[in-house]
Amino acid sequence: MESIQALKNQDHSSGRLLKDKLVLIGVVILSLVTISPIMLIIFKLVMEGYRQISLDFLIQNTPDTFEAMTAVANGEKIPGGIANGIVGTLVMVVLAAVIAIPVGVLTGIYLYENQGKMMANLTRNVSDILQGVPSIVLGLISYLWVVKHVTSGYSALAGSVSLAIMMLPMIVRSTEETLKMIPQTLKEAALALGVPYHKVILRVLVPTGFSGLLTGILLGISRILGETAPLLLTALGSSRINLDISEPTSAIPLLIWEFYNDPNMIDLIWSSSLLLMAIVLILNIVSKQLAGKRN
Amino acid sequence: MTNTIAEVKKPILSINDLSIAYDKNYAVKNVSVEIKKNTVTAIMGPSGCGKSTLLRALNRMHELYENISTEGEVLLNDSNIYDMSPIKLRRHMGMVFQRPNPFPTMSIYDNVIAGYKLNGIRTKKKERDEIVERSLRDVALWDEVKDSLYKKGTFLSGGQQQRLCIARALAFSPEVILMDEPTSALDPIATSKVEDLLVKLKENYTIVLVTHNMSQAARISDYSLFMYLGELVEYGKTKNMFTNPIDPRTEEYLTGKFG
Ligand SMILES: Nc1ncnc2c1ncn2[C@@H]1O[C@H](COP(=O)(O)OP(=O)(O)O)[C@@H](O)[C@H]1O
Ligand SMILES: [Mg+2]
Repeated sequence: MESIQALKNQDHSSGRLLKDKLVLIGVVILSLVTISPIMLIIFKLVMEGYRQISLDFLIQNTPDTFEAMTAVANGEKIPGGIANGIVGTLVMVVLAAVIAIPVGVLTGIYLYENQGKMMANLTRNVSDILQGVPSIVLGLISYLWVVKHVTSGYSALAGSVSLAIMMLPMIVRSTEETLKMIPQTLKEAALALGVPYHKVILRVLVPTGFSGLLTGILLGISRILGETAPLLLTALGSSRINLDISEPTSAIPLLIWEFYNDPNMIDLIWSSSLLLMAIVLILNIVSKQLAGKRN
Repeated sequence: MTNTIAEVKKPILSINDLSIAYDKNYAVKNVSVEIKKNTVTAIMGPSGCGKSTLLRALNRMHELYENISTEGEVLLNDSNIYDMSPIKLRRHMGMVFQRPNPFPTMSIYDNVIAGYKLNGIRTKKKERDEIVERSLRDVALWDEVKDSLYKKGTFLSGGQQQRLCIARALAFSPEVILMDEPTSALDPIATSKVEDLLVKLKENYTIVLVTHNMSQAARISDYSLFMYLGELVEYGKTKNMFTNPIDPRTEEYLTGKFG
């Protein structure tokens, strides 16, 4: 009986079935349109970039124009690598994180603790506005603050400051959102044990929300990894590995920009972009995984 | 015989003319009651009558809410808890909540010892081991978890988690344990285990238990408070209250007319 009824229902809705199918096909096509740019980018980067990737690429400094020109003229692989950019990016990103994480996490805690209060709302809004400030403007600010008055010249520190300001709102937001998701009962459990309020935050809430905080920090880092504009005004670039934060320093995106401006170095654009893209992708996947674990 | 001795003993908690208001709405009105040592005292009443507010006032957890005002006094062994530091007070007044809430980042062991760890109270490893074993034995959980002390507390079943939370409250050897509907999230078997436990724990502790389960109050409590709209309607021995309620409102509640 039941199966006959089911068949009848199916008969009735065959028109709807067709519509369902059309919608499904539409959805699939639009999804493909959405993911095709990223697929094409990855395809292009791998095809053009893999030839240059080798150990030398990771541990040698950028070649000078003449070396590159000779290699290109002889149809050889361009010598050298982008070690100065890799180290510079590492130094500046770590320094930016060291500046932005404590400030961002503490601000996030402050916002969480003062829901609905005027100062907190003001801080949250300003932080949101900061997130929308164009990165070149942050570079200008850091130029005025640090390049002119602290390091008296282009420097890694100036680059880090501009990157830290970029990261800050993301960390503030993710800290507040993470803490808000922790059940109130956990806080009460700790308070009922006679634990003072600041210790409840630092020893219960922060560890419980740790993966959430880490997700925000990783996303913030992957956001600043590829920033070029503010670094042009602050870190400037360098053809050698530099660990002195008061000196001009290179970074992977800065090198990509330099390679773009030198017709002999075109090949290095692709391999550098491939490396940068790979790092950003890995960071994104790791932070997604962490966020998934939390839920 | 023992009963009469208990009767003359001084109360461990004296609640004197206690009123608590959220903004201007009184949730607890002029409650006066004496809680006797080594007893289980049940707070009963329909939901919203102020049971949780009264219970939380006993370890000053109610002060977490904003716009709360408190009048009257609560004496713990003759000293007014509102003159003590809430942090010290809470170590004398353990609390167990409606839903089991072990710390998810901590192992079973660390959950039990959490009061010491989170407060930064230094103890020797041997001392800690003893506290953990004693507390887990007290809640009859030791045999079930002694081989997995370093696993996360959140892996346990709901009933085990609740007993872990009771063990966590016992680790400080508090004088009083406050419980807010501790079995309402548990299945019947886990509930009866916790109930058996409370009867046993009163040998060493004083228990104040909020429950809206009348048969639970009848089964395990020695004294009962019946509250209605923030007022203490009736207080007495549980047996007397269930057989011979004085106030008509108590009778109506116990016979299921409202609640
Ligand atoms: N945080 C709060 N803010 C304002 N009113 C509250 C708050 N908590 C409880 N109340 C009010 O106080 C009264 C007593 O609540 P409660 O003590 O939780 O009752 P019970 O535990 O008996 O259900 C209720 O009318 C409730 O609406
Ligand atoms: Mg309640």
